[in-house]
Amino acid sequence: MSHIQRFPSAAKAASTNPLKMSQPLGAALAYLGVDRCLPLFHGSQGCTAFGLVLLVRHFREAIPLQTTAMDQVATILGGYDNLEQAIRTIVERNNPAMIGVATTGVTETKGEDMGGQYTLFRQRNPDMADTALVFANTPDFAGGFEDGFAAAVTAIVERLVEPSPVRIPTQVNVLAGCHLSPGDVEELRDIIEGFGLSPIFLPDLSLSMAGRQPSDFTATSLGGVTVDQIRAMGASAITIVVGEHMRVAGNALELKTDVPSHFFNRLTGLEATDKLVRLLTELSGKPAPARLRRQRESLVDAMLDGHFFYSRKRIAVALEPDLLYAVTGFLADMGAEVIAAVSPTQSPVLERLKAATIMVGDHSDVETLARDADLIVSNSHGRQGAARIGVPLHRMGLPLFDRLGAGLRVQVGYRGTRELLCEIGNLFLSREMDHESHAHGQDRHGHDNHGESHGCGGGSCGCNAV
Amino acid sequence: MLQDKIQDVFNEPGCATNQTKSAKEKKKGCTKSLKPGAAAGGCAYDGAMIVLQPIADAAHLVHGPIACLGNSWDNRGSKSSGSQLYRTGFTTDLSELDVIGGGEKKLYRAIKEIVQQYDPPAVFVYQTCVPAMTGDDIAAVCKFAAQKLGKPVIPVDAPGFVGSKNLGNKLAGEALLDHVIGTVEPEYTTPTDVCIIGEYNLAGELWLVKPLLDEIGIRLLSCISGDGRYREVAQAHRARVTMMVCSQALVNVGRKMEERYGIPYFEGSFYGVSDMSDTLRTMTRMLVERGADKSLIDRAEGVIAREESRVWRRLEPYKPRFDGKRVLLFTGGVKSWSMVSALEGAGLTILGTSTKKSTREDKERIKKMKGEEFHQWDDLKPRDIYKMLADNRADIMMSGGRSQFISLKAKVPWLDINQERHHAYAGYDGIVNLCEEIDKTLSNPIWRQVRQPAPWESGPSSALLASSMAAE
Repeated sequence: MSHIQRFPSAAKAASTNPLKMSQPLGAALAYLGVDRCLPLFHGSQGCTAFGLVLLVRHFREAIPLQTTAMDQVATILGGYDNLEQAIRTIVERNNPAMIGVATTGVTETKGEDMGGQYTLFRQRNPDMADTALVFANTPDFAGGFEDGFAAAVTAIVERLVEPSPVRIPTQVNVLAGCHLSPGDVEELRDIIEGFGLSPIFLPDLSLSMAGRQPSDFTATSLGGVTVDQIRAMGASAITIVVGEHMRVAGNALELKTDVPSHFFNRLTGLEATDKLVRLLTELSGKPAPARLRRQRESLVDAMLDGHFFYSRKRIAVALEPDLLYAVTGFLADMGAEVIAAVSPTQSPVLERLKAATIMVGDHSDVETLARDADLIVSNSHGRQGAARIGVPLHRMGLPLFDRLGAGLRVQVGYRGTRELLCEIGNLFLSREMDHESHAHGQDRHGHDNHGESHGCGGGSCGCNAV
Repeated sequence: MLQDKIQDVFNEPGCATNQTKSAKEKKKGCTKSLKPGAAAGGCAYDGAMIVLQPIADAAHLVHGPIACLGNSWDNRGSKSSGSQLYRTGFTTDLSELDVIGGGEKKLYRAIKEIVQQYDPPAVFVYQTCVPAMTGDDIAAVCKFAAQKLGKPVIPVDAPGFVGSKNLGNKLAGEALLDHVIGTVEPEYTTPTDVCIIGEYNLAGELWLVKPLLDEIGIRLLSCISGDGRYREVAQAHRARVTMMVCSQALVNVGRKMEERYGIPYFEGSFYGVSDMSDTLRTMTRMLVERGADKSLIDRAEGVIAREESRVWRRLEPYKPRFDGKRVLLFTGGVKSWSMVSALEGAGLTILGTSTKKSTREDKERIKKMKGEEFHQWDDLKPRDIYKMLADNRADIMMSGGRSQFISLKAKVPWLDINQERHHAYAGYDGIVNLCEEIDKTLSNPIWRQVRQPAPWESGPSSALLASSMAAE
């Protein structure tokens, strides 16, 4: 990735309160968006246990995740035997439709040849030909969560998608990056279906991670895009690629199937959503449905009502690269000033960020950069630092272990953008009300003293001028 | 070197299970070999962190790629009454270049930065799989750093792939024995100084126990490692008596402290009324045997009598509410059986318990206490548990977070009694807390609602429409 501009990372040797999470964890999340899938970490069992706990705390769901349980001896002699035994055991016990393998630091340090191991496994186990197998190289010591997610999606495309002699004009592929929550995917499905189109999401977390109530206990993912649907992606009219980290998978898909891809760097914001709606209108030949039109109106209205509270606000954002891009872009759209954008890893999307300081760093860097900020936007791990410097934290991304409904939040499309706008706007609003209840006349926006200090909602700024 | 240490731990004479094994079995160790594709649980590094991280004023630096710390930090409920440094996650975040070129220099620089910026009394350095494979010598780096920086820098050599969480607990104990315990002398000692081993102050549980010790006149010299301070742990060798809270995990520490410093140890528990009282009695008796004033025993009896009558009185209101309620108890080893009697005292019926992590001795004890009909499950599959719950064979499940969704998805009340829990259940007050939590979840009105069929499942109903029209 030498063509990518390298952004400064902290010069320190000790990463302190890390923002970064590992590649295999990202891969596991991608695999969880495939129906009846069991992700498998090729490494020591601790790698799996930590990843599992993190995802359980975020989604508040049972997370299927297995391990090849490499011990010291297997690590030195080579892990093929463990891998084969693990896959055989999983097929016999759980009979999943797909097993998604992600390597870890342990197996990558040894340099296991995963391509060779795939071929060897298939040769030696013809009885398991019905189970889809996808291998992704995801070393812990390179890249991060987003890279692992991308590697797994690319691996799925390369292993499973087939070119098709026919085209289904109403079928649309969506490569949904890890910055889209299950709620976001559900929202996109709603928008796309509103044009009479049928989307296939890869991966589809909205069907597996949005709070299912199973009728029996399953050790695999419950819901998600099916292996058959993935195979049929070659027959779609177009592929919508959401997020820079999905670009490689998008290219692989186009190369393999000739389905043209349309790239969206974000779907949060008025203009970003307009672009999607224009594409869908063109493709379907149908006008935008009335519901979507109402949603756009209501977003425009919320922008008008809300911009007072956003203007020139100083905000520090620390998230995975593509979510970082979407959120900083949205904040800039609203007139806020992004004083610091901190990414856990290098990514080409960082070149396009609008922020005063852009760096690759951790939560301790955010703590330093955000000292005079009005708001920090980051995951739940940002809470300790935010509390220390007394800056409010708006939680986004993953993990969100101290909030309910982490998986269901919507921040794409007109409706999702409005939700996000109101949530963050309310933080500013409540802060200002707190100040005003002490000294309304010293309002930092410099409008008139409305006299009484209680209740806002009617004036030009939203204040209730009594 | 690490292998010698592991063999040493496997040979532990203080372990009841170990004593019944043949020489060959001992060599194999206590960790069952894991089955790829059907394994669960943490690794040795995880276990080492559990034991040492509660030392609140120390810095804990993980030498490894991002997965080991980045995926796991800030996820335990061990509380501190002072320094919060232990909650800061430090890692060398090894990159590809470090894997190729070695990470020792980076490790040294990281230790130096931490010492300069945070000035902790000590730095614990945790080895992980990748640098163990590439051959980073963390012991040498720690020794060098300690000399250069004039601070204790303690290597914790428990890379994940050497074994289970339990083995990691023990290896962390070895690190304390080798590098920490005995390195600091207390300002003064008293005849009632005790050391508690294996209590991590989860949800602040130690704070439910400590006031009672204070009242009796027992000084908690050192706790390994709940609400711990580095100096306190380092002066543990001056305790008069050691209490082992979770005997399985750190038995090597208790036994070796006896061997090296002549401190007798006993196994005790803070869970359940009778266990709590037994613990206080044993502790005071042993202190008096070692020369403490005899009045200690009287004061302990006074506290026990008062607390017991108070706790039973406070549990009384729960009895009618708990009548006939059936509990499935799934938790590791010791805690299971020490809670059973208290829960039964409050009117609950315990159907059975898991004994996966229990020793043969534990199982005998449970059998003696509960009789033959009481279920002891060694290895129950998640699907079987789900079925038991879905078939309405229990009213509540109490377990660790891992099996939470088996119960919730079966729409059966569940209570967290493991390390991520948010409520303190130790001591006399703890058992009342536990009953209050059980009562809160059992009596919550959601259970009836969530079990209702969806409107489209109950079949067409014309009566509703007719009645609403009639109302108009």
